[in-house]
Amino acid sequence: MPSPTDRKYTKEHEWITADGTIGITDHAQESLGDIVFVELPKAGTDLTKGKPFGTVESVKAVSDIYAPVSGTVMAANDALATAPEQVNKDAHAAWLIKIKVKDPSEMNALLSAADYDKFVSEEAGH
Amino acid sequence: MTTKHITRKATRHISQNEGLIFEKSSPGKAAWKLPPLDVPEVDTAKLLGKQERKDLGNMPEVSEIEIMRHFTRLSTWNYAIDLGMYPLGSCTMKYNPRVNEFVARVEGLANGHPYQAEKISQGALQIMKTLSDCLLEITGMDAITLQPAAGAQGELTGLLMVRAYHESQGNARKKILIPDSAHGTNPATAATVGYAVENLKSNDRGMVDVAALAAQMNEDVAALMVTNPNTLGVFEQEIHKIADLLHEKGGLLYMDGANMNALVGKARPGDFGVDVMHLNLHKTFSTPHGGGGPGSGPVAVKKILSPFLPTPVVITKADGTLGFDYNRPQSVGRVRAFYGNFGMFIRALAYIFANGPDGLRQTTEDAVLNANYIRKGLEGVYDLPYSTPSMHEVVFSDKVQSKKGVKTMDLAKRLIDYGFHPYTTAFPLIVAGALMIEPTESEPKEELDLFIEAMKSIAEEVEEDPQFVLDAPHNTRISRLDETAAARKPILRWKPAPSAP
Repeated sequence: MPSPTDRKYTKEHEWITADGTIGITDHAQESLGDIVFVELPKAGTDLTKGKPFGTVESVKAVSDIYAPVSGTVMAANDALATAPEQVNKDAHAAWLIKIKVKDPSEMNALLSAADYDKFVSEEAGH
Repeated sequence: MTTKHITRKATRHISQNEGLIFEKSSPGKAAWKLPPLDVPEVDTAKLLGKQERKDLGNMPEVSEIEIMRHFTRLSTWNYAIDLGMYPLGSCTMKYNPRVNEFVARVEGLANGHPYQAEKISQGALQIMKTLSDCLLEITGMDAITLQPAAGAQGELTGLLMVRAYHESQGNARKKILIPDSAHGTNPATAATVGYAVENLKSNDRGMVDVAALAAQMNEDVAALMVTNPNTLGVFEQEIHKIADLLHEKGGLLYMDGANMNALVGKARPGDFGVDVMHLNLHKTFSTPHGGGGPGSGPVAVKKILSPFLPTPVVITKADGTLGFDYNRPQSVGRVRAFYGNFGMFIRALAYIFANGPDGLRQTTEDAVLNANYIRKGLEGVYDLPYSTPSMHEVVFSDKVQSKKGVKTMDLAKRLIDYGFHPYTTAFPLIVAGALMIEPTESEPKEELDLFIEAMKSIAEEVEEDPQFVLDAPHNTRISRLDETAAARKPILRWKPAPSAP
């Protein structure tokens, strides 16, 4: 299934919308398997592009989540604390955090849906 | 016995059910009886006041036979190396020879105390000194600490020394290079010591890509952490070049000694350019693993790192006796209470002495032979992602079976039905759906044949009835566990049923 075109993607399998909502991709949740815990930063935390800001724990592994762009956390999706399975059910709807993007031009360097899907299929073929 | 195919290894057997010992409790029951008091009774309430604890909470009150049966029954549910092959790759689950246990129980050793004066601890010190000398001979290194309690703590100690060394040179440096085939503890250690971790890609033969290393190497790199043979069971054939590339830019080569069982008596890390490494006595040197441990993770170094070894170190004093040297101003400090897990030093030394140099070399050859026997036996049945020669372990993938929806974890669950402990699943990460198999030298050919037969039989089951394998295990006390529910809704504490009003 192609990734939604209303947002941008990273090679670390995060998505971000123009208003600064961040989540992990459907491909990411699929590779991780059943997610059992999501650890997110508090509102007010400053994020740096490319640095980890939280973790997703599945039955298989614990993985870092990286900031697609720099910014400040405005809200975290607290519902995931008790219902992390929402990420498995619909990764593109179950957002993790909302941030105030520091420099909107950083968004330009991210992947489009088509480029991300191409990247994933190449990675799988490797 | 639910099997599609014949298994010669396991059969059905009555197994006793057993609850928690707390559930067996009934008030007043006891496993002991004291003689009548022949001194005046002490009034504890008067002595202790408010500190006296009247209610002990849920302490189980049971008879002696109930305690004996409780633990004996639970013990029959275990799988152990003493029951059969334990092919958990990367863990080197070799047999723990009974002579080790015999020596460790010798009265003077078993009853020794770390606070004993040095002059009456000469025997214990001699064991530490002799083991140190043997390990240095085996690794080709210059100095060693026996203190770290396990492999991961050995890594931490090793990298603390790397950092201390670079600081003494005026620059702690910034990062540690780690191949993508590494054990997860390596990046964790680097991060704990305050270094950034930089990933190093493997080449198509499953080895460190020397050209990539040359491109990534610079004076910000404190060290490269490499496992050799690596987690694919492949010997890093260009390890000399790797060492040279690091040394040219002032970096150090750290070797994770987890796979030393493939090298003892054959190749010495000190000779191929390693500056610092840890050993796992509970892997290579046959001391017990995990709950049967504790572990032990000595760290051996080249001369340039010896000033930074943890305190104390064993030395020969001017009068010829052995003692501890605490006066080491550049040391990274103590990493473990007293002198490490001394009981493991006795066992490891017993193993080294019982084998001797030729025996240890034979052990290495047998470990490699056994892994290659399995490789040959299962080649063509399971996908072999790297054709580079295997050392002490072999890594297959579930590529063929996953076409029917059966993954490495499912195959492993089914292997339990055949009477084996599973192999390591889904590691190393560079192989999708990895089956990592390490038989060790302990296994006779007969057991290896049973294992190969079981794995072949499972592959046939996947072709005939994949769902049957997906539902495995079928013959265990409890069938497939819901790992997701266990993680999402864990029940961590037993609580007594509310008592009737």
